[in-house]
Amino acid sequence: MSYQTIIEDDIDILVVGAGLGGTGAAFEARYWGQDKKIVIAEKANIMRSGAVAQGLYAINCYMGTRFGENNPEDHVRYARIDLMGMVREDLLFDMARHVDSAVHNFEEWGLPIMRNEKKGSFLREGRWQIMIHGESYKPIVAEAAKKSADKVFNRICVTHLLMDESKENRVAGAVGFNVRTGNYHVFKSKTVICGAGGASNIFKPRSVGEGAGRVWYAPWSSGSAYGLMIQAGAKMTQMENRIVLARFKDGYGPVGAYFLHLKTYTQNAYGEEYESKWFPELQKMVGKEYLDPEVSHRTHRPIPTCLRNHAIISEVNAGRGPIHMVTMEAFQDPHLEEIGWHNFLGMTVGQAVLWAATDVDPKYENPELTTSEPYVMGSHATGCGAWVSGPEDVSPPEYFWGYNRMTTVEGLFGAGDAAGGTPHAFSSGSFTEGRLAAKAACKYIDDGKAAGIRVSDAQINRRKEEIYKPLETYSVYKNEVVAGSVNPNFINPRQGLDRLQKLMDEYCGGFGVNYMTNDKLLNIGLKKMFILGQDLEKVAASDIHELLRAWELKHRFLTSESVFQHTLFRKETRWPGYYYRGDAMKLDDENWHVLTVSRRDPKTGEYTMEKAPLYHLVGDVEKAPPESHH
Amino acid sequence: MPTFVYMTRCDGCGECVDICPSDIMHIDKTLRRAYNIEPNMCWECYSCVKACPHHAIDVRGYADFAPLGHSVRVIRDEEKGTIAWRIKFRNGKKDMELLAPITTKPWGSATPDLAKVPAPSKEMRDSQLLFNEPKYIRMDDGGLHTLQSNGLEIKKGVQY
Ligand SMILES: Cc1cc2nc3c(=O)[nH]c(=O)nc-3n(C[C@H](O)[C@H](O)[C@H](O)COP(=O)(O)OP(=O)(O)OC[C@H]3O[C@@H](n4cnc5c(N)ncnc54)[C@H](O)[C@@H]3O)c2cc1C
Ligand code: SF4
Ligand code: SF4
Repeated sequence: MSYQTIIEDDIDILVVGAGLGGTGAAFEARYWGQDKKIVIAEKANIMRSGAVAQGLYAINCYMGTRFGENNPEDHVRYARIDLMGMVREDLLFDMARHVDSAVHNFEEWGLPIMRNEKKGSFLREGRWQIMIHGESYKPIVAEAAKKSADKVFNRICVTHLLMDESKENRVAGAVGFNVRTGNYHVFKSKTVICGAGGASNIFKPRSVGEGAGRVWYAPWSSGSAYGLMIQAGAKMTQMENRIVLARFKDGYGPVGAYFLHLKTYTQNAYGEEYESKWFPELQKMVGKEYLDPEVSHRTHRPIPTCLRNHAIISEVNAGRGPIHMVTMEAFQDPHLEEIGWHNFLGMTVGQAVLWAATDVDPKYENPELTTSEPYVMGSHATGCGAWVSGPEDVSPPEYFWGYNRMTTVEGLFGAGDAAGGTPHAFSSGSFTEGRLAAKAACKYIDDGKAAGIRVSDAQINRRKEEIYKPLETYSVYKNEVVAGSVNPNFINPRQGLDRLQKLMDEYCGGFGVNYMTNDKLLNIGLKKMFILGQDLEKVAASDIHELLRAWELKHRFLTSESVFQHTLFRKETRWPGYYYRGDAMKLDDENWHVLTVSRRDPKTGEYTMEKAPLYHLVGDVEKAPPESHH
Repeated sequence: MPTFVYMTRCDGCGECVDICPSDIMHIDKTLRRAYNIEPNMCWECYSCVKACPHHAIDVRGYADFAPLGHSVRVIRDEEKGTIAWRIKFRNGKKDMELLAPITTKPWGSATPDLAKVPAPSKEMRDSQLLFNEPKYIRMDDGGLHTLQSNGLEIKKGVQY
């Protein structure tokens, strides 16, 4: 293949994927490393890339310490109960104590944040969310990152991390290709901050045909953060903790502002409240510690999101679907109606398109809700991702190996979806984690930890061959048959993706089987995954765009395999409503009050699973809110 | 929902190609106009629609669930700092215009150049603080939260 090889040498900090985590990293890296070389490699264009490309209408993680609203430990308590106990409290506390400074920076850069005129504070959607006019959220933070970076390489699909050859298990940069020119790009770097985002489209979506891109998380979220780190041998955690969203049907428009700010509520097809009826049985499954509606009512302790999903799923199965969002009351207020529409236009335009197309006016008709296909991501209300070190002053020894947000591969850091065990970080928290990782990466370099890195030409050439192989496969076999998309020697990326999604759906608890699986199904699924892995060696790409899809597929595949392994390992149903293990339908705190950690051996592809201790840093009882400073 | 391009308005400038996060807006080599090469990987994020200088791109709801006859149009204006939307229902009963701000500052003027701010001190480096902290957290004299300052300690009874 005649593509050029372009080598970018002497990089100190390479940011792979500049979404909210990556932009935070690039921005902050310049402050701690004013003389350092900071480079961004991004698959799309950083001005509109990642999960926030469309914009957001709310910042979901803001303490408001400045206004005396919350302290970081309050947020830890909240995320902990929402995740049925399974979180890294050190990372959560650390993120929460810094997150306000990120938000205050955003405001200074021009992000319009709505105000509560009476209190002078930011207008809240709920206890943790503040409302913004966020159509340009991403371009605004991207500007800040661009100013900090020495170079931004847009349209580079990073396929592999480079590994140091003088010291085992140390990162040395990354490689990828430019989806416009086809050129091969080599980034030799002392550290890598991976912010390549979570995974949509690994489970079969409910939408079909032309609509297959109508998924909740962006269709370009290819699980690359996981794929890259897993391939490099980084330990992963909580990969079984996939998320299922309750959203407006088909459009997947957000419901947060509807519930919290517009004070809408749900009911079944017959106008009845259904949720509470499912809770007594459910309480037997998960225990009183996790579901106690009475206590929740008294103390405002939230009922975990997954359990509310369980109620929806059960009610629909009982034949009383669909579930409706009651909008007809709130929307009689023209101001609230306008907010309802802006909410979509600022972050999920497709929902507005759908209602306009189907003549659903929420002022006169209560729209349908549904539960989505599952997703794998680490910054929304789920905690999948790499097993990373916490901060020095907070983390217990098992969670601390020197550099904040560093994975178990030396010099490799994670932020946002990439970092595991830190759910409820959302956009502002992901940006914050990027900042924390950047400071630690600078320290790592200054401590001399990156000295003597060596990358041979052999490694570079081996990766090059591997990257372009799908193009090669195509050109070798394309003329063996007349034309069309069916060839006995290869599959194209779409065909591979369809197979992956079907497999994940049927064996790993997708919507098609009501989120249900068991050890038998998981083992059959893993066997089929193994064969799919072999076929992916034969995936063919007819052009550079398809080559991009081929590598996205490979990253999705690695992510999926890890989800399978983790789901098989955790022998309990920890999150009813996200998935069920039919052979272990109860939550089992005696054996499974632990974090799960996996490692895929990069040489053999074999998985090792272990349990890691779950430390609680924050007591159960909430103190009275701190006094307001204003 | 999947985008399409009006042939007569597009001049092939490539702005949409440059911005699409899904890499699906491409220029047709024969017609020299843009088109969506992979509608089933489109998130209807409207990035291309907003970026097109000729308003040549529009969106039609996904064929698997959205009937024809609706429209959601947008004009984003960086200079004015606003975004304007118009939503028309297929039954003609609703036709809404909505406007929102996109920034409070002249575009890109307020992002700091961190290469030029005073370098952090050793004390700052050794602490847990980030740029602009602690000032930007509390906006008062309070420092960064630590476990101690918040009266926390590692809870006993760790379970394996
Ligand atoms: C529909 C939706 C609604 C949400 N609502 C809210 C909300 O209201 N409030 C809120 O605060 N948060 C919200 N979130 C969550 C928030 O968007 C995420 O938490 C956050 O964006 C995650 O940041 P990240 O950096 O990990 O990933 P992303 O922002 O997705 O960034 C990943 C980046 O990596 C790039 N990339 C991927 N693969 C590669 C590769 N192979 N090579 C190079 N680059 C690559 C991508 O192009 C992208 O730029 C929402 C998310 C979604 C999808
Ligand atoms: S931005 Fe508009 S005018 Fe330019 S190529 Fe795309 S569709 Fe055509
Ligand atoms: S709407 Fe978004 S995903 Fe679809 S073509 Fe335009 S930029 Fe790409």
